[in-house]
Amino acid sequence: MPNTPHITRRELLRGAALVPVAGALAACATPAAQPAPSSAAPAATSAANPFGVGDKPLEVWIFDGGFGQAYATDIHQPLFKSKYAKVEIKHNSTKEITKVLQPRFAGGNPPEVIDNSGANAMDFGALAQDGQLQDLTPLLDAPSWDDPNVKVRDLLDQSVIDIGTYDGKFSVLGYVNYIHGIWYSQKVFKDNGWEVPKTWDEFLALCETIKKSGKMAPFTYAGKHPQYLYEPLLTMAAKIGGNDVLVNIDNLEDGAWTAEPMLTAAEHWAEVGSKYLMQGTAGLDHVQTQTAQNKNQVAMLPCGSWLENEQKTTTPDDFAYAMFPIPDITDSDAMPYGTLHTQPGENFIVAAKSAHPQAGMEYLRAMLSKKAAGDFSELVTTVTVVKGASEGRDISPGVTSASKAVADAGENAVYYRWAAWYGPLNDEAKAATGELMSGGLTPKAYLERVQKKADEIKNDSSIKKYKR
Amino acid sequence: MLFNRYRRGLFITSFLAAPVILYLVYVISPYVQAFYIAMTDWRGVSATPNFIGLENFQRLLGDSVFWKAVTHNIALLVLLPVITIVIALFFAFLLNVGGRQGVSGIPGSGFYRVVFFFPQVLAVTIVAVLFQQVFRPDGSGMLNGPLMGLGLNPVGFLSDPDVAFWSVLGVLVWQAVGFYVVLFSAGLASIPKDMFEAAQIDGANRITLFFRVTLPLLWDTVQVAWVYLGILAMDVFAIVWVMTDQQGGPDWSTTVMAAEIYRNAFEYFRFGYASALGVVMFFFTVGFAVLSLRLSRRERIEY
Repeated sequence: MPNTPHITRRELLRGAALVPVAGALAACATPAAQPAPSSAAPAATSAANPFGVGDKPLEVWIFDGGFGQAYATDIHQPLFKSKYAKVEIKHNSTKEITKVLQPRFAGGNPPEVIDNSGANAMDFGALAQDGQLQDLTPLLDAPSWDDPNVKVRDLLDQSVIDIGTYDGKFSVLGYVNYIHGIWYSQKVFKDNGWEVPKTWDEFLALCETIKKSGKMAPFTYAGKHPQYLYEPLLTMAAKIGGNDVLVNIDNLEDGAWTAEPMLTAAEHWAEVGSKYLMQGTAGLDHVQTQTAQNKNQVAMLPCGSWLENEQKTTTPDDFAYAMFPIPDITDSDAMPYGTLHTQPGENFIVAAKSAHPQAGMEYLRAMLSKKAAGDFSELVTTVTVVKGASEGRDISPGVTSASKAVADAGENAVYYRWAAWYGPLNDEAKAATGELMSGGLTPKAYLERVQKKADEIKNDSSIKKYKR
Repeated sequence: MLFNRYRRGLFITSFLAAPVILYLVYVISPYVQAFYIAMTDWRGVSATPNFIGLENFQRLLGDSVFWKAVTHNIALLVLLPVITIVIALFFAFLLNVGGRQGVSGIPGSGFYRVVFFFPQVLAVTIVAVLFQQVFRPDGSGMLNGPLMGLGLNPVGFLSDPDVAFWSVLGVLVWQAVGFYVVLFSAGLASIPKDMFEAAQIDGANRITLFFRVTLPLLWDTVQVAWVYLGILAMDVFAIVWVMTDQQGGPDWSTTVMAAEIYRNAFEYFRFGYASALGVVMFFFTVGFAVLSLRLSRRERIEY
């Protein structure tokens, strides 16, 4: 007979049952209050040094995503160094901003400049609520890097300033201007004689033509990430019903989601979802659908102006990306043809409780120079928020197309902020939009469901509310 | 004599001190802190969270997504152990005593033993990414490719909310079975061979052999497996987070408690609320452990 050990199985079991429970509760330690570092200017201010940059080092964290980090080390930092040779720049990069930097904030020693972007970015609302964001208003009022007679404020669109404002203070600088639209290949359209649709009927007719041609599917979107589709849906609703549709949604007004223009937009996209989607769309992500477009398996998809750079390794040389805005829906749309959703992204912040926030603001001022922004545009083929920075530079067909769309739109640019303000609402809208497009929810039920979540958030006292 | 006893005590204490301190600092103290954080409105970045009492717990009562996650955990708690144990027992039986003589495995059992253990060697994240490709909804998916080749419509293994949960369950079972085959094989190896021979001489066929001899003698091992798998079902996170669409979707159809805790903490920056969810999960897990120990209390078979 085998000898049973002294520890019985029951005892072992009991021990084993309890140990993994430890993993359930992440070992997040309670924060310790620390004396706030003095943020008094370490050096005198002057016209050339408007914030009073001292000799203390400057720590920069870059989100190493679609744009990489070379733009920081090769363009922005040398430019900063050219003026402040004594300031040591500590450059860092990560794909996991939250994991690396959240403990630094909780510990009271955050770095100066953070490119708080990507899927793992820190929540701006939480940072603002705790006073962690440096007020960048002095940056707006400072003279620009290139011309002492032009203020930084004049280089930026009002929407950039509005979107970067939390609690009445401009504190987040979106550096890249993301221009949303429906993207296609100029070559494919030209070869097949397809025309960019100006009205929704033309759009549906084009989808029908493409479908009948059998060459490719008419339309797709990143089905795994339905925010790629609620974007054109919301822009369409704004075009039909005016900018207030989006303002009401942002402000969590009662019935903002279930408003008439939203219903029309949801019905239109649900029709696309049921008739013209590439097979398997619901289960594909942005890379897979965008690559399918590069392989001429699908004609159109909604995306932002980062698309061209993101796809540069798989795009055929003669593909010639271009985009068109949401077509006219009715004869009496509240906003004209060309209405565009533009939204600054790649969000830079300066930590208020860092050791040297003055240098952080100066770094942003350097980034907003014509040279820095123009070189950046060329390096990563995209458009920055700095007005006129890419003038006279021939960057790429996609950038040209997007820049032209912005120029055509003029004042008719819209944006929304609820998704960044209210994470849980964003996730619910994503889930519901996926269901809308695959036919699991009717347009009415879809809007009612998102409205319900919006109401829930409105009534949750623990969630800080924002207004625009 | 006294000195000796003192020295012995010192000796033992010096060995115990390090692990006990580590355990206190890295296990017990985070537990206690989590209970405290659960009663604050901490958002993860401030140094001074406010105490708000049981408000977070009130809030989670109305959190439909969290309760959906709980039902998924409970479904996994029932299904994952049952399916895994049945399959693993079947395989272990075939590999060890399922052969013609009843004392050895079926032909090629050495080879299968290795194959079944393969999934266990892979990191969970790799398994998750691998299955994303297996479940791809287009012609390049390993499952949908053949389906479409036969002219059928592709199945949205991960993109159809009615199917996605079962896909997750399938992957969990696929990954777990290998380990339990080995566990049960070890259990079988400790059962004296003469028992099987005696049963065979008395005319027992394989089915009788399994239900009348193998299973009762393996009961202790099955219990261990049950609790392990139950804990796995409670703690399941990585597969869901990495493999499923929208991390627990589509439409919340695969989310689990751990995923909601992570989402609230690291995406919504609601660390206080996430800790409250963690406390609830803690009680679920402890409750499960206590319950399973109670229910599985049974006399050992001495042999």
